[in-house]
Amino acid sequence: MKNIRVANGQGFWGDCIEAPAKLIKYGKIDYLTLDYLAEVTMSIMQRQKKKDPENGGYATDFVALVDSNINEIINNNIKIIANAGGVNPYACKRELMKISKKHNIDLKIAIVEGDDIYNDLHNLIKDNHKFKNIDTNENISSILNKIYSANVYIDSFSVAKALSLGADIVLCGRISDPGLVVAPCIYEFGWEKDNFNMLASATVAGHIIECGAQCTGGNFTKWKDLKDMDNIGYPIAQIREDGTFDITKPENTGGLVNKFTVSEQILYELGDPKKYISPDVCVDFTSFNLEETSKDVVTVTGVKGDMPTDTYKVSISYFDGFKSSGQLTISGPDALLKAKKSAEIIWKKLENIGLVFDKTSTEFLGLSSCHKSIAKTPNIINEVVLRIGVKSQNKNIVERFTKELAPLITAGPPGITGFAGGRPKVKEVVAYWPALIDKKVIQTKVIL
Amino acid sequence: MKKLSDIAYARSGDKGANVNVGVVFISKDYYDKAISKLTSSFVKSYFGTMVKGDVIRYELPNLNALNFMLYDSLEGGGSETLINDAQGKTFGQAILMMEIDIDD
Repeated sequence: MKNIRVANGQGFWGDCIEAPAKLIKYGKIDYLTLDYLAEVTMSIMQRQKKKDPENGGYATDFVALVDSNINEIINNNIKIIANAGGVNPYACKRELMKISKKHNIDLKIAIVEGDDIYNDLHNLIKDNHKFKNIDTNENISSILNKIYSANVYIDSFSVAKALSLGADIVLCGRISDPGLVVAPCIYEFGWEKDNFNMLASATVAGHIIECGAQCTGGNFTKWKDLKDMDNIGYPIAQIREDGTFDITKPENTGGLVNKFTVSEQILYELGDPKKYISPDVCVDFTSFNLEETSKDVVTVTGVKGDMPTDTYKVSISYFDGFKSSGQLTISGPDALLKAKKSAEIIWKKLENIGLVFDKTSTEFLGLSSCHKSIAKTPNIINEVVLRIGVKSQNKNIVERFTKELAPLITAGPPGITGFAGGRPKVKEVVAYWPALIDKKVIQTKVIL
Repeated sequence: MKKLSDIAYARSGDKGANVNVGVVFISKDYYDKAISKLTSSFVKSYFGTMVKGDVIRYELPNLNALNFMLYDSLEGGGSETLINDAQGKTFGQAILMMEIDIDD
């Protein structure tokens, strides 16, 4: 039976930079998928594009990756599907064309457009599209003048079309993460829109490998059993024409693939398992079976899917004020008491000058900051990190806050250090607004 | 009494201002025994102040797994919150410290 090997070499922008190169060289793969976009990434890119409309707004790491591996990509006949285009796939393509020319290699680069609805948003709202927040049910009017980005999670058939036109590299903006894996299956196996079980199966494969090493031993409960974590293998899904697939990793790499590394990742960021909604299909995560069929190979069979919804998910980001967090290390006798005193002094000083914040936090890292009452209190706390933060719509008072940490070293209790990095930075808060839109109004297009 | 860490695996992550925690049991036998003990209300009270909202449980018998949605657990969503574990990455390790009343 026909099958393809699809790998994921990047679970997020900032993931291991060697991973895609190793998959290209040693993975014996047909397709390499790369996921650079988190919800917040789009807003960062939209702002880069505003500053520099010609050149800003895409994942620059991707260009460097192609530059260093272009010969192996071509020699090993690997197609790449990446959401590296961000909000400016044209600029990304332009840079890739320069590289193609430099190496004298003819690269066919397709752009899938139609996900970025930022410029159409106000017209869509005028046309009575509501964009209600699907988590909170709030009305979009409350954030209308502070939106940074708006992107639709487009379906995988648009990406498959780019492959059918002969693209070596498909640059997408916002596509569903598993869609990076579903698209080559649609193209290679000729699946139709109503092959729900097969689409669902490839979606599960995509979900398993979309976070890179998280299915091959990364972030794994039994981490002590793992070997060669410094050379952890990134995942490969070997998918067959009937939809069944194996999860594995390249030979001679570290980490582990077994039922539990895969199951942990299946549950990652999962909601109702019977209603996993992608743009292509609704998947039942309680329908399938896992089997360890060989060393570092888990086979998945029996995935069931159903008709997709008539809406796409829209990811909107908006400006929501400013925040800052800083920390001090407090050592020696009575470390915790001194840390508590230090926090009290900082808050009192800010109160004395009349500053009120929308939100504040005081954490003692090293002492139950993550697990609260679940964690057992140790007998001796010999040092602790005070982490303290504020949020406000008023940038000036957040800046004022950042100036209150360092003085504690000379004007607070003894034994405080760890301030070498200077004052904490003030960051813009970019909040996330998930919404839905009628599929009929979204038009995707492939540009080759 | 059994420590959950002896009979299960766990992983957590964020979904907006909420956290999901997946628990995978090492065998069907433990899954069957745990299912009457590891209820939504038990998990809600276990997490105490870490979880401000409701807890909803989903069953995945095909994986011998339970998935818990812990609503309102991050003091705001991923980029708004001020807490160190902004994405709920550590909740999985927290649930594994649980002891549950089951035998072999």
